[in-house]
Amino acid sequence: MKIVIMGCGRVGARLAGLLDIEGHDVNIVDTEAYSFRRLPAEFGGNALVGDGMDEDSLRKAGIEGADAFIALTQGDNRNVMGAQIAGHIFKVPRVLCRIYDPLRRELFNSLGIEAFSPTTIFAQMLKEKLETEPEEAK
Amino acid sequence: MYIIVIGGGKVGYFLARALLDEGHEILVVEKSPARTEFISNELGSVCVRGDGCEVSTLTDAGTGRAEMFIAVTGEDEDNLVACQVAKHKFNVPRTVARINNPKNEAIFKELGIDVTVSSTNIIMESIQEEVPTHSLTHLLDIRDKGLEIVELKIPADAKTVGKEIRELSLPPESRLFLIIPGQGKPRVPTASTVIQAEDQIIAITTPESEEALRTALRGS
Repeated sequence: MKIVIMGCGRVGARLAGLLDIEGHDVNIVDTEAYSFRRLPAEFGGNALVGDGMDEDSLRKAGIEGADAFIALTQGDNRNVMGAQIAGHIFKVPRVLCRIYDPLRRELFNSLGIEAFSPTTIFAQMLKEKLETEPEEAK
Repeated sequence: MYIIVIGGGKVGYFLARALLDEGHEILVVEKSPARTEFISNELGSVCVRGDGCEVSTLTDAGTGRAEMFIAVTGEDEDNLVACQVAKHKFNVPRTVARINNPKNEAIFKELGIDVTVSSTNIIMESIQEEVPTHSLTHLLDIRDKGLEIVELKIPADAKTVGKEIRELSLPPESRLFLIIPGQGKPRVPTASTVIQAEDQIIAITTPESEEALRTALRGS
């Protein structure tokens, strides 16, 4: 699969590494070259300095003909805009997007963006952890 | 009319002031506490602090009854998302987004924003008009029809000076509709009108045939 990732933070870099090991064609875009330090040393994909909301940068990152696009910057709105450009303009078949704000996630989900809120998921996970006994205590 | 303005920077503040003067009901949503305080001091209680992309802030702002929603922050993505939230969550009939990067104009249209205003383009066009050597100036874009009204000045050394308009190979999509001579009154050109040096020609054309029109009129 050809995959474009927008945002090389901790999650973006880790995901890029995992997909690269499995043999996918991974292209990761970040506005700061310094962010690419987070990529694993053996990363074999492409790392590109550019703005994931800019059509030309996305073209350079190979968005035309990509099978999937994942928006993982720190800004919810940047992710939403990048995801919509990938989906509506470049017709990327699979577009995933991180939206921290749960209400905004709900709205954009209803607009056809496959969005995930780490806030909701992580809070739920912690709650479930608290409600079960720790492994050692059993 | 109830109008919500997102962003209380220079654009948002002066826009709110102008709209208030016209007698509209205005609410400015601004992130920074200092700007919120400034606007409240200047314009009265027409400013709330908050994130204009957040559903909860917009609910409190009474976005459901707003007839117009204008996002003028300095960040294009924030303006896009604020307008989309207003449109899809609150069914605001008319959304207007300020665009800083001119490239985003087409994208915003594609993504359902009713009106886009590119402040960068407007400033660039105004400056272009003031540059005397610039041969073609955009006066108006009629975007939904894919047409534009442009102005061209005929330099003294143009090969077309002294020729009749029927002799020029104008692109089919272009029409000349006014000639303002260096001296004398403006006139509507006909096929037999003779091009003269220093003529200002107002024409309607398409972005694609703009270059062909320029070549046809200047003969180079």
